[in-house]
Amino acid sequence: MSAISDAAAAPAGSRDMVSVRAVHKVFGHGHDAVHVLKGVDLDVARGEVTVILGPSGSGKSTLLRCINELEEITGGSVVVGGDLMGYREDAKGVLHRLHPKVVAKQRSRIGMVFQRFHLFPHMTALENIMEAPVQVRGLSKKAARQRAQELIERVGLSDRVDHYPAQLSGGQQQRVAIARALAMDPELMLFDEPTSALDPELVGEVLSVMQDLARSGMTMIVVTHEIGFAREVADHVVFMDDGVIVESGPPSKVLDDPQEQRTRDFLAHVL
Amino acid sequence: MTTQTPASGSDPVPNRIHARPVPRPGRLVAAVVVLILAAMAANALITNENFRWDVVWLYLRDIVVIRGVMWTLVLTFASMAIAVVLAVVLAMMRRSDNPVMRWVSWVYIWFFRGTPIYTQLIFWGLIAVLYPRLSLGIPFGPEFFSFRTDDVITAFWAALLGLALNEAAYLAEIVRAGLTSVDPGQTEAAKALGMKDGKIMRRVVLPQAMRVIVPPTGNETISMLKTTSLVVAVPFTLELTYATSAIGNRNFLPIPLLVIAALWYLLITSILMVGQHYLEQYYGRGFGTTTRRRGRGKGPAGGRQAAIAAAGTVQEDVNKDVTP
Repeated sequence: MSAISDAAAAPAGSRDMVSVRAVHKVFGHGHDAVHVLKGVDLDVARGEVTVILGPSGSGKSTLLRCINELEEITGGSVVVGGDLMGYREDAKGVLHRLHPKVVAKQRSRIGMVFQRFHLFPHMTALENIMEAPVQVRGLSKKAARQRAQELIERVGLSDRVDHYPAQLSGGQQQRVAIARALAMDPELMLFDEPTSALDPELVGEVLSVMQDLARSGMTMIVVTHEIGFAREVADHVVFMDDGVIVESGPPSKVLDDPQEQRTRDFLAHVL
Repeated sequence: MTTQTPASGSDPVPNRIHARPVPRPGRLVAAVVVLILAAMAANALITNENFRWDVVWLYLRDIVVIRGVMWTLVLTFASMAIAVVLAVVLAMMRRSDNPVMRWVSWVYIWFFRGTPIYTQLIFWGLIAVLYPRLSLGIPFGPEFFSFRTDDVITAFWAALLGLALNEAAYLAEIVRAGLTSVDPGQTEAAKALGMKDGKIMRRVVLPQAMRVIVPPTGNETISMLKTTSLVVAVPFTLELTYATSAIGNRNFLPIPLLVIAALWYLLITSILMVGQHYLEQYYGRGFGTTTRRRGRGKGPAGGRQAAIAAAGTVQEDVNKDVTP
């Protein structure tokens, strides 16, 4: 409880964009319960890029989904930009679940990119990018269109504006998905294995868009298997296994001089 | 040795195969037998004097018959329209987090699918006997005003409501299947963008579910066209079946008038089938084994639906469970 109070009380101007404290996530109940996150602490400073590595099933995607409330956490707290996610704490320290509308508003400040893109197939690339600004922010169509044009240019797809997702390659779809998330002017971007569903020759174009984004000062948390990207772009690398953070630090330490045996084993497999 | 023809200038395949087909004598025999049976049936229809084709021709365009067609069409489309709206509400209730909503929707569907439409229509006809007066007021409390049931629920409204409420139960299951067929990732992506539940349903899920919903709804419309003939149970007596059989009874010529009704139903069904064909094309099949993407390049609508289909975010087999 005190951890929640401390985190919630942190001033909005604090250096930390994301502060995850003792987060537990259990799926299911009773005999079927699966304990996926077992007390995870993570801090991400404003403007920093954190890459989360780990074998599949280690809980890295779940952690990402807990940060933007796509999954409800079972214990602990998640604070993004100074706001406690999903709950309000009253004077007596009792937590109250926030109304879905408020949760939606909290989410709208966090961009998310999925492994399987999840573009809206019935909308063109441009319409995909315009959708949230118009429907959530209430931006005029004209303004949204203009902004979408800028964003689609930024991801290098100006010539694909009127294409439907099915008419785009995987790499192009993922770049549109990144532009769609950026259209809400997020303070934080979450990437859930953004290149894992791509053909090898398409991975580069997505990573380079992400690299540009990192250079522009965006706060990013990236779940990926791309060690090269982690080495080049990450400020922090976090290695997760079996629901806990095993090791974390700058890439030079975690990737090149890992202290934990589990980290070494994993890197030996991936590299 | 395979038969090979020398490359004849224009043929890009120099060694094109010209093999003999597998002999299938059974096919020919079956076709001849079926054709003979069909000819016999046609002959039996045309040459039988009892059908009185002259009377059929005479009354086919009778004003009472045409009016019957009109009432049948009104009942069909009005009841389908009400049913579609109700079905969407019921389907959303079935998927609600609120157990009361889920339960009420389940009971509604259970009841209206579980009892014959004919029985339901008789009940609607008797509503004024069951509840002579209807009133508006506070439940279990005072009423503000009331009126005679007979004045409000006429035979037409009883027929319309009876058909619509019954149909809604069937359509609700179709809509539910459609909603379930949309990839949960679509909802997640919309959520992650900060969209609220209502917007997600209207802007993201329903447009994609339409691909699965529209074809069976076309079927239901064709089915409804003929179900309207049961509203005599109310009794509502202006639609096609009753109108024609009334003429038939009066003239002691029931058979030609039945034929007239059948011909009209056939004609309207044929038109609806053409409409359904175009609707299905519009909502594009485009994936599975026949990835023809017919809609693409035929203007925004066709391309859009083909795009949905090709994206594979909508399941082909709607009975398959979607695991989140």
